[in-house]
Amino acid sequence: MSTLLEAIDVRKSYGDFVAIDGISLAVGEGELVSIVGPNGAGKTTLVNLLTGLLPPTSGHVRFKGQDIAGIGPVMLAKHGMARAFQLVHIFPEMTVAETIAVAVVSQTGKSMRFFTPVRKDPAVNQRVREVAQIFGLERKLDTQSRLLSQGEQKLLDIASAFALAPEVILLDEPTSGVSSGDKHGLMRNVVDAARKAGVKAIILVEHDMDLVAEYSTRIVAIQAGKVLADRKPDDFFNDPEIVAAIVGKRVGRLAAGAA
Amino acid sequence: MRTLQAVLLSVALVVLLALPRVLSQYHVTLVLPALAYAIALLGYNLLFGYTGLLSFGHALFVAIGGYGAAVLSSRLGLKSFELILLLSAVTAVLVAIPIALLSVRYVKIFFGILTLAFGMLFHSFLFKFYNLTGGDTGIRVLRPTLLGRAYEDLDKTTWLVGPFYYYCVVLLVVLGFVMWRLVHSPFGLHLVATRENRRKSEYLGVRVRFFRLIAFAISAFYCAVGGAILAINTGQADPELAYWTHSGDLVFMTVLGGFGNFFGPVVGAFSYVFLKDQLVGMTQYWRFWLGLILVILVVLFPRGLAGLFERMWARLHRSTM
Repeated sequence: MSTLLEAIDVRKSYGDFVAIDGISLAVGEGELVSIVGPNGAGKTTLVNLLTGLLPPTSGHVRFKGQDIAGIGPVMLAKHGMARAFQLVHIFPEMTVAETIAVAVVSQTGKSMRFFTPVRKDPAVNQRVREVAQIFGLERKLDTQSRLLSQGEQKLLDIASAFALAPEVILLDEPTSGVSSGDKHGLMRNVVDAARKAGVKAIILVEHDMDLVAEYSTRIVAIQAGKVLADRKPDDFFNDPEIVAAIVGKRVGRLAAGAA
Repeated sequence: MRTLQAVLLSVALVVLLALPRVLSQYHVTLVLPALAYAIALLGYNLLFGYTGLLSFGHALFVAIGGYGAAVLSSRLGLKSFELILLLSAVTAVLVAIPIALLSVRYVKIFFGILTLAFGMLFHSFLFKFYNLTGGDTGIRVLRPTLLGRAYEDLDKTTWLVGPFYYYCVVLLVVLGFVMWRLVHSPFGLHLVATRENRRKSEYLGVRVRFFRLIAFAISAFYCAVGGAILAINTGQADPELAYWTHSGDLVFMTVLGGFGNFFGPVVGAFSYVFLKDQLVGMTQYWRFWLGLILVILVVLFPRGLAGLFERMWARLHRSTM
């Protein structure tokens, strides 16, 4: 397994407050790594460090061997990493096709073309349709994003990130705001899409332990800015101490389910 | 809708070209500023409508166009209108770049106030540096040659409503076409993305500030071209061109026509010029009535005249289906 993304002894402090206190982790090809932990454990800061949004106070973040610490979102996209947010981020007045095209244009390096109509670019159009199809949005291509249902907006948000053809995608609570019945459907859709789109690894930040248990190949538990555990799902859920620390009250049901 | 657009455009063009044969000279000289503003606003709306940045200082670039024409024609003896346009517009772009570098870090009111401040700075410069700018009297603009032809046999007005008028119509068509391609290009798509959701567009690889900078520079180019036409029409470049109320007029016209529509600014420019002419003739309180019309429009038809027309067309279309 070759390593795609790695953090080496990363620290992030704000004044006296240490948000991330020396975390090392690696994500390799074929993995779906879930990052879990109670609120305030430092998940968001860690994710921001891993995606180059924040520069670490010390330590290194490398993507495919290159230092990406603090490079910012635009360069991140160029390097081949995409990120989707917990809250739905869309372009309200743009259609589904246009939204996906934004990513396709960046990914194909066509954004500095000032004079060719983007609608008439067959390569862009085909890629837009492909991506829309993967996420079941092909019937909505000409619909304005703001008119989509909540679930469809979520799909579009993730679909546009996929349209960058990233090697690694980071999903920050992709199922938040989605009804519990639809959560599995959405996750399955996303994981399938990732496979079809050639995504090599997924990093998932998720509160829903059922989803974490079902889809992860590895689970990294964060507590108070440190790695509490970095294990395969079976090992993770069979350790009552860790489960109690991270999952809290939901232990009984989950432990029983996993055992 | 597409064929309708093509038909309307052709009709509008034919009407524009026929106007000098139909209207009095006075009325044709009224169309000239409308053409000038239409060009300026096409650029302005790339920034306002498409990029979502509301500038209150773009009269600055209109003034650079006007003063460019004045300085080049009467001080430096340059005759060619093509060169005057190009040099003035390039100057505007060069001035726009540092202003944009500072301003595009901000959005909304902060962007608006910064651009307003730069506009006012430039106005004071024009007003106070008497030796350089002629102060409040400004600088005369001499009649340039068009494509190398001087038309010396024509008096000023005949020249304005004749060759110069047609020249400006062609300019509007050419620059309009260029702008149409720009907003429909991948670049245009990314501009709109930055307007719609900055964070998301960054994660999709859009270089937000850089693109805003380019949009700002292009808008300055168009405004300067419009300013040069305005100054040649009046024969004078004076500080009023750069005054902040003139920037306000640009915003007014764009909102009046509808900034959500490509042709909105053009509709706005023409409606404003004629509305103002009518109101000024009727009452000395014309500014009050203009303001009232804007209030009514913003409340009832936030998408402007072009948006209103779109909606009427859609309704008509539905009822005949």
